[in-house]
Amino acid sequence: MTEPLLDVREVTLQYRTSEHVVTATHRVSFSVLKSDRFVLLGPSGCGKSSLLKAVGGYLAPTEGEITLGGRKVRGPGPDRMMVFQEFDQLLPWKTVLGNVVFALNASGRLKGRQAEERARYYIDKVGLNRAINAYPHTLSGGMKQRVAIARGMAMEPEILLMDEPFAALDALTRRTMQDELLRLWDDTKFTVLFVTHSINEAIRIGTRILLLSPHPGQVRAEMNSTLEPVAQTALESQIHDLLFA
Amino acid sequence: MMQDITTTRPDVIHEVRVFEGAGAVERPIPAWEMLWNRGWLRKLVIIAALAGIWQAYGVISDNSLLFPSFSDTLQAFIENVMNGKLPARAWASLEVLLIGYFSGIVLATLLSVLAITTRIGNDFLETLTSMFNPLPAIALLPLALLWFGLGMGSLVFVLIHSVLWVVALNMHAGFMGVSPTLRMVGRNYGLGGVSYVVRILVPAAFPSILTGLKVGWAFAWRTLIAAELVFGVSSGKGGLGWFIFENKNQLEIPAVFAGLLCVILIGLAMENVVFRWIERKTVRRWGMQN
Repeated sequence: MTEPLLDVREVTLQYRTSEHVVTATHRVSFSVLKSDRFVLLGPSGCGKSSLLKAVGGYLAPTEGEITLGGRKVRGPGPDRMMVFQEFDQLLPWKTVLGNVVFALNASGRLKGRQAEERARYYIDKVGLNRAINAYPHTLSGGMKQRVAIARGMAMEPEILLMDEPFAALDALTRRTMQDELLRLWDDTKFTVLFVTHSINEAIRIGTRILLLSPHPGQVRAEMNSTLEPVAQTALESQIHDLLFA
Repeated sequence: MMQDITTTRPDVIHEVRVFEGAGAVERPIPAWEMLWNRGWLRKLVIIAALAGIWQAYGVISDNSLLFPSFSDTLQAFIENVMNGKLPARAWASLEVLLIGYFSGIVLATLLSVLAITTRIGNDFLETLTSMFNPLPAIALLPLALLWFGLGMGSLVFVLIHSVLWVVALNMHAGFMGVSPTLRMVGRNYGLGGVSYVVRILVPAAFPSILTGLKVGWAFAWRTLIAAELVFGVSSGKGGLGWFIFENKNQLEIPAVFAGLLCVILIGLAMENVVFRWIERKTVRRWGMQN
């Protein structure tokens, strides 16, 4: 078996409020291989977003360890690019091109011409050539998310972390975006860790699905997804039973 | 009964017809309406109306010592501009003002950056602003005169006091209001410290910062004119406040009005040209303000 790219070992995450300590996840383990489309699936309160934030380096585990390529995760960094659910993740004072170029510049990945060339390449990939000089406030929700994805991919991170990126979109756009993400993946085979609360989306997007149960989040199951429509339906009802039985 | 509803009404599908309604789909707005849509023109009309009322009252009361008419004021204004007095005085004021204003902004930036990076800095800023923000700058003038003497030092001191707290307050509020998502995005790029503040927080908080700068400018302007009225001339060349005071002592009341007019004009220009330009280039273009 190949070495896992991302290794999450027995991770417990806790939030400290002024009165309570809330446990978001309890001893969760999983590992993501290179080119995986790994999905964290579960109802609200299962700590899936917290797990993603911990991998992103925004939240330190109280127990356990997260390693990426053998190195321990200590803080946020451009090797793990986040794509958020919120539309305000783009910098409003930068154009579409500016947003992607800024990410490359600020992180020190690429400078000058090279940065712009790569930014243009990925913006073209998500089909936003026409809006390349537009400011984010003039874009629709779906377009904003496309820019965020282009930005994440342009950084060519070791792993792309997506926190319910399509949850705030309307059903039609959402479906298109899922297909687009899969097409982009076919091109470059990037590794992605994807959080969702939609069983349907998890099966469509994922190669492997980690099922989490709530309060506190614990691993309920880890299973392979499938492309077969009949098998997909079976998997959907199996997951449904695991979550709600 | 149900059957009646479905059978009596057949499906209807319309052909798309060429639109031939009354007039074109798109028609130009009449010229006067287009003009009336310009903010500067509407404001100009208001100003002209006010000047008209002023002129009428001045002529009726016919007492140029207490209330000179608009034309008298305008004449005095032009006279004093032509002989170079007013521009020199205005420049003297602006010079001190700019020094005080920008020093205040620099200090405010330091304080508010300190306040968002450390908890004690936050407490420090909150305590200081609640103590000093309500304190009128003019009230500090006697002390300033004692410490820095008659001159630029005292003026700059009270100016900094009048600018610092309101700018710091707005800046800090702006920084606090930056969305957690944008903060996370900034840290995702590996930004930290000064570059994080300059490249993420400042532009993200720019609407609040701009408000702070505007209010700070108005405060500074008022404070300066008032301070000049109190102790007049500094190091041989007085400012606009001194110009007003001087002319009042000589009972050149139209010139007093001309001085006031100059104060107003500079304020208007700052608000409608400089700040408006900054707004158009930044927050409006970015869609942070409509």
